[in-house]
Amino acid sequence: MPNFDAVFGFLYQFGDACAFLVLCASGLAVIFGMMGVINLAHGEFIMCGAYVTVTLAKLGAPLALAILCGALATGAAGIVLERLVIRHLYQRPLDTVVATWGISLIISQGALILLGPSLSDISTPLGSVDIGNLSYSVYRFALMAAAAGLLLALYLLFNLTRFGVLARATIQVPHMAEALGVNTSLIYSLTFGIGAALAGATGGLYAPTMTLVPTMGSQFIMEAFVTVVVGGSDVFLGTAPAGVTLGLVKAAMTTWQGQLAGQIGLLVAVIIVIRILPRGISGLILRERA
Amino acid sequence: MTFAAGAAHAAEPIKLGVLEDQSGDFALATIGKVHGIQLATDEINAAGGIAGRKLELVIYDTQSDNTRFQEFMRRVLQRDKVDVVFAGFSSASREAYRPIVDQLNGFAFYNNQYEGGVCDAHMMVTGAVPEQQFSTLIPWMMEKFGKRVYTIAADYNFGQISAEWVRNIVKEQGGTMVGEEFIPLGVSQFSSTIQNIQKAKPDILITLLVGAAQSSYYEQAAAANLHVPMGSSVNVGQAYEHKRFKPPSLANMYVTTNWIEEVDDPKSKEFVAKWHAKFPNEPYINQEAENSYLAVYMYKEMVERANGSTKRDDLRAIVAKGDVCVDAPEGKVCMDPKSQHMSHTIYLAKVGDDHSITFPKVWTDIKPYWLGSVGCDLTQKNPNAQYTPSSPPPK
Repeated sequence: MPNFDAVFGFLYQFGDACAFLVLCASGLAVIFGMMGVINLAHGEFIMCGAYVTVTLAKLGAPLALAILCGALATGAAGIVLERLVIRHLYQRPLDTVVATWGISLIISQGALILLGPSLSDISTPLGSVDIGNLSYSVYRFALMAAAAGLLLALYLLFNLTRFGVLARATIQVPHMAEALGVNTSLIYSLTFGIGAALAGATGGLYAPTMTLVPTMGSQFIMEAFVTVVVGGSDVFLGTAPAGVTLGLVKAAMTTWQGQLAGQIGLLVAVIIVIRILPRGISGLILRERA
Repeated sequence: MTFAAGAAHAAEPIKLGVLEDQSGDFALATIGKVHGIQLATDEINAAGGIAGRKLELVIYDTQSDNTRFQEFMRRVLQRDKVDVVFAGFSSASREAYRPIVDQLNGFAFYNNQYEGGVCDAHMMVTGAVPEQQFSTLIPWMMEKFGKRVYTIAADYNFGQISAEWVRNIVKEQGGTMVGEEFIPLGVSQFSSTIQNIQKAKPDILITLLVGAAQSSYYEQAAAANLHVPMGSSVNVGQAYEHKRFKPPSLANMYVTTNWIEEVDDPKSKEFVAKWHAKFPNEPYINQEAENSYLAVYMYKEMVERANGSTKRDDLRAIVAKGDVCVDAPEGKVCMDPKSQHMSHTIYLAKVGDDHSITFPKVWTDIKPYWLGSVGCDLTQKNPNAQYTPSSPPPK
C-alpha cells in the first residue's frame, strides 16, 4: 500500500511539525503574545524544564511526574525572574530584549559551568508501532496529544476561570484593572510564571527525544518566535492556527525536498503572512469578528 | 659574551598559542583538546622543555564562535607573538582563521579530524582525513552488510565534502547510493528523515551529523525502530555519544577513528591513566584530545631536529625530509611533507547493544595520500587553498 504509506506518512509529519511548533510557542504566546515581553530566554526556560525532568527521571520518578515537576520548577524560576527583573521593564518593551538576552546567556553558560557540557539521556518511552510499511515512534503521537491538550487547558484557564478574566483585564488595561481592585502585580507574576511553566513542560516533553546540552534552547527559539509572530497576540486564536498553517507548510516542503526546504518554506511563509497580516492570524480573526 | 647572550635566549620560553572552544556548542568535544595540550606541555616541561627551553601556553576560549577565532588569532600572532598556534574544531572556524595565519605569516596546527583537502604551508594537520577514515570504513561495511548506501550529513563544508567522498568510494566499490540528505545545523527533529530512510531501505546508513542538535537523530531513529547498520567518521570518536546516550540508540554503529579511550593496548592504557590522574573530572578522552596531545610532541620533535629553531621555514625543512615521526598513544605517526597531514593508525570501533566498544579491525600506518596524489606539494609551492575531490588542484 504505497499510497497509504505516503498519506499516513505525510499526516504524521504534519502532526509532528504542528506539535513541535505549538509546544515551542505555547509559553512564548503567553509571555510575548499576551504580555508583550520579548523573551529571548524562552529557550533557556525550555532547557531548564528538560534538565529538571531528566534529573528526576534518572532518580526514578515516572516520566509524567518528572515532566510536571520540570514545568513547576521552571514556572517558579519564572516568577522569581519576573519579580527581580522583568517587572521593572513593562513600560520599556525593547529593553526586555536586552535583559532577557542577558538572562539567557547567564542561564546557558551557568548551566555549562555548573552541570558540564552535557547531561546523559533518558530513552524515549512507549516504543514504536508499525503502520503500513513504516514504523513510527509512539511517543511522537503522545507529543501531538500533549500539544492539543495544552492548548485546550490554556483556553479553559484564560476563558472560563476568574484568574483568566483578571489576567486578560490586567494585560489589556492595567490601570483600570488596578482601580477596580485587581492585584495586578500578582497577576503579572502568575501569568509570567504560567508562560515559563509551559516552556518548562515543553522542555520536559521533548527531553526524552533529544540530546541535553546547555545550549539546547536555541533549537526551539526560532520556531517559537516565528509561530507567535504569525499567530499574533491571542494565544488560542493565534498559536493554534499558526501551528497548523506553518506545520502544513513545513511538512509539505520537508516531504517534497528535505529538511533544508522545510526550514526555508517556514521562513518564507512567515514573511508572506506578516506582510499580509501585520497583526498575525489572530489579528485577522478578531478584526472580522469585531 | 656570545655564550651568555645565547644562554639568556635559551632560557626564554617557547610560546604556544591555544585557541579552542571551552564554552558554547563545541565545548563538549574540545575541552579535551586544551587538556591534551596541557598534559603534553607539563610532561615536556618536567623533562626539561624543548631544546632547553620551557613551554608556555597562551590559552584563549574561542566560545564556539568563528569571529572569536579571527580576533584571537590576530591577538596571539601580533600581540602575544607566539611561536606556534594550536587552533580550531569546526571546519568553519578553521576557514575563518586560516587567512589570518597566512596573512600574518604565522604557523598553526589544526589538531582535528576533518573533511580533508587543506593545502597550506602555514598549517600542520594532525587529525584524520576522509581517505583515512572512509577508504577503510566503507569497503569494510559494504562487504559485511551490502551495497545500498544512504548518507545523511550536516549541511556545511564538512558534511558536503565528506558526503562527496562517501559517494565516490561507494561508486568505486560497485555500490549504489539510494539516498542522500543534507540537514541544516540547527535541526533537531528528524521524523521526515527517518521516514525517507525507511522508504529507501538501505543496507548501510552513513551519518555525518554534527553538533548537539543533530545528535538527537539517534534517539529518534531508535524510538521509531529504525535499525540500519550505521557508519560515521565523527560519532563516538569526538563526542562519545555511546557514553552519553542511553543504549541502544547507537547500537550497530561503526566508526573509524585514530584513537579513543577504549583502545586496548599498553601504551594507550598508560596514556589514559596519566590523563585521569591530571584531569579526574574529564568524562571521556576523545580522538581530538589525543590528536592535540601528540601535536605538542610532534612540534617538540620538529624543533629539536631543527637544533632549537622555532622558525616555521626551518621546521618545514625538517618535515620535508619525510621522516618526522612520534610515538603517540595510537602508535607511530609521521608527518607527510607534501600535504603536511599525518599518517594514522585507524581503529574500526563497533558500538554494541549495551554501547560497549569493540574493535573488529585495525589498520596501521594509513597515509594521508589524497592531497599528494592530486598534486598538492608544499615542498614545491604553497597554494593556500582547500581542495575537494570535485575541485582538485589545477594541473
